[in-house]
Amino acid sequence: MPPAGCSRRSLLIGAGAAALASPALAQKGWEPTRPVQFIVPAGTGGGADQMARVIQGIVSKHKLMRQPMVVVNKAGGAGAEGFLEAKGARGNPHMIVITLSNLFTTPMATGVPFNWQDLTPVAMLALDEFVLWVNAESPWKTAAEFIEAAKRERLKLGGTGSKQEDQIIAVAIGKATGAQLTYVPYRGGGEVAVQLVGKHVDATVNNPIEAVTHWRSGALRPLCVFDSQRLSNTDKMTETMAWSDIPTAKEAGLDVEYLMLRGIFMPAGVQPAQLAYYEGLLERVRETPDWRELMQQGAFNTTGMTGDAFRAWLTKEEARHRTLMQEAGFLA
Amino acid sequence: MEELGLLMQGFGVVLEPQNLLLMLVGIALGVLIGVLPGLGGANGIAILLPLTFAMPPVSAIIMLSCIYWGALFGGAITSILFNIPGEPWSVATTFDGYPMAQQGKAAEALTAAFTSSFVGAFVAIVMITFIAPVIAGFALRFGPPEFFAVMFLSFASFIGMSKGPALKTVCAMMLGFLLAAVGMDTVTGQLRMTFGSTEMIRGFDFLVAVIGLFGISEILCSIEDGLRFKGERAKIDAKVVLKVWVSLPKHWWLALRSSFIGCWMGITPAGATPASFMSYGVARRMAKDGASFGKGRIEGVIAPETAAHAAGTSALLPMLTLGVPGSPTAAVLLGGLIMWGLQPGPMLFVEQKDFVWGLIASMYLGNVVGLIVVLVAVPWFAAILRVPFSIIAAIILVVCAIGAFTVSNAEFDITLMLLFGVIGYVLKKLDYPLAPLVLALVLGDRTEEAFRQSLLISQGSLGVFFSNWLVSSIMAMGFALLLWPVVSWVLERISAHRSRTGAVVPREA
Repeated sequence: MPPAGCSRRSLLIGAGAAALASPALAQKGWEPTRPVQFIVPAGTGGGADQMARVIQGIVSKHKLMRQPMVVVNKAGGAGAEGFLEAKGARGNPHMIVITLSNLFTTPMATGVPFNWQDLTPVAMLALDEFVLWVNAESPWKTAAEFIEAAKRERLKLGGTGSKQEDQIIAVAIGKATGAQLTYVPYRGGGEVAVQLVGKHVDATVNNPIEAVTHWRSGALRPLCVFDSQRLSNTDKMTETMAWSDIPTAKEAGLDVEYLMLRGIFMPAGVQPAQLAYYEGLLERVRETPDWRELMQQGAFNTTGMTGDAFRAWLTKEEARHRTLMQEAGFLA
Repeated sequence: MEELGLLMQGFGVVLEPQNLLLMLVGIALGVLIGVLPGLGGANGIAILLPLTFAMPPVSAIIMLSCIYWGALFGGAITSILFNIPGEPWSVATTFDGYPMAQQGKAAEALTAAFTSSFVGAFVAIVMITFIAPVIAGFALRFGPPEFFAVMFLSFASFIGMSKGPALKTVCAMMLGFLLAAVGMDTVTGQLRMTFGSTEMIRGFDFLVAVIGLFGISEILCSIEDGLRFKGERAKIDAKVVLKVWVSLPKHWWLALRSSFIGCWMGITPAGATPASFMSYGVARRMAKDGASFGKGRIEGVIAPETAAHAAGTSALLPMLTLGVPGSPTAAVLLGGLIMWGLQPGPMLFVEQKDFVWGLIASMYLGNVVGLIVVLVAVPWFAAILRVPFSIIAAIILVVCAIGAFTVSNAEFDITLMLLFGVIGYVLKKLDYPLAPLVLALVLGDRTEEAFRQSLLISQGSLGVFFSNWLVSSIMAMGFALLLWPVVSWVLERISAHRSRTGAVVPREA
């Protein structure tokens, strides 16, 4: 809750501006007049939640917005709860949603009546990478060796959630190579990484930020990254390796590519000026050093998109997910 | 001793006036958060997290972890006074704490609860200080089969708990499992039993159910009994604290055992809630007159509170050393660490010594400060019971509604809470025990998940639950506890038979 005085003042400013300015000008300078609800369709502590809270922190630390931003977790039904709430809030300019791949996978896997077109895409903030990890004490030094072993005997691959990104990758690896992988779903990425350190599973496809500390302590070994190009971060993370030293899946002879969207959406039916406001806000968030540090730490792919380019990307990704999910037999 | 030197350095950091002040603020906020059911440590810390970005990481974590301690302390207050658990881990505290309050011994119960919380936390902190790396390594041994075995042990140690007929206990427990199964099934990624309703997607949150089952149903019962608290005659006396303290040392073995259970459950990381249930169950089982538990035994307060606080504290260990949170609150703190540019995990102890030891030092100090704050307030807390029921009942209802709403910001949950209130009232009248229902609701989900993960790993073979010494011994302990009532019943029969044939002692009915 904001202090009463603060919100009254900004309300007065808002009302004054609306009364004085010509309609065109008022539309250009739209600003939130109430606290902005920032919906996270995932639990506390996960990747999306962390990113939302970093954004919230940056916005308040650098005073990028006069109204406060309130992060609300709506994790029910693999995020369906959050998406349905945003779908129902048509025309509400005081709500934004952060998404992960469950934007596509949840409605496909569960049949919940929702599609990304029920929302207004605002901006792609970054793409999260996936890396194939094995225990450092395992005999597999390259992706090819791991795949060969998985062809001989069934191996266990741990991941976050069910019928979501991690399992999609697991199935795609199996399809592409004939490797036999049993997918074991866990609740969160951190838990998955520790299960690999404890050798309860044979491999994972953790995001960089989920596994980096175990890599640096020498417990895990990265085999390949599921991107078309290598990671850009060249700082040495261990004595011998940097993120950029991890080969791509293609270099390692594995034709699987997967990146996860970290993007921001608004409810449908908002005005262009309102959309423009959040585009501008996020642009400024991306320029702060705090944001860059997060990108660096998590070895994110920092591609950003807005407007039509973003829409086109979403359309393409949705189709791709439908194919992937169909091939895996995950469609509801 | 390297640790001691580092710890002293840590105290140096914590004792800076600014950090001390943040510590006091944190404790006070935490107690408040703990008192409000539903708000919870995790939510409280999540709300306050952004405020700490401008602070240095050590100060920020000191304040946030003190909120955590405060919430652990505060959770006991409403459990004892109103039978409404402020936090999931204080459910077990209601079993004996509330009857004590009804007998006019609220202050005693509160003092015992706070003191044993402190003892539990203290044992856990000492453990973290000296044997952190060893213990952290042990946590790595816990895969899904081991996790299931621990859950099984919790259920087994608790199952002989209720005084009601066995069939009613089983019914209540099955109802709990049924409710826990609603919503997303993490293993298959499918929705279960939502009947197409958007509101049901969330499943039944444990806290909403508990607030209704315990809090609302209690108010209904009180209304029926004639609009007053049974505990209102309570004599409130500042000396009560000292009196209780004098009586506490004789429970040292109970406290030690509960601390051990708590530490173990915190590290594995099963968390504070199962720890408190398990500790209560074991205390009842080990007591000579276990049947009198649930009627206001001070041991019934000491056991769950010690374990909950020990678990809550040691839950921070896997978070710091492995990056795996042992509780939802620890999960939010984990997010905080990442935002301050610290990478939790094995490298934290090596690269961020100041931070880690500052945090550990703040655990010692924060708990001492917390204990003093809540003990000083005991007479005031207990005095709440003197407020006329007609006034306080309305306030409790409002607080419960706010609590139920805050769990996931959903209005539907308030309706659900009222519904659970009625269900709780009916179950009480029909003499169904509520504890097994709650236990199954809170642990059912994770238990089922661990069981199915294990079977995925073993490709369907149940042998996975006896595949190594660790999981086998936990399972064996579980079976031993589970079969104990049968075994003791048989033994009793045999000895009764002997005494009857000896025709010396007439058998009691």
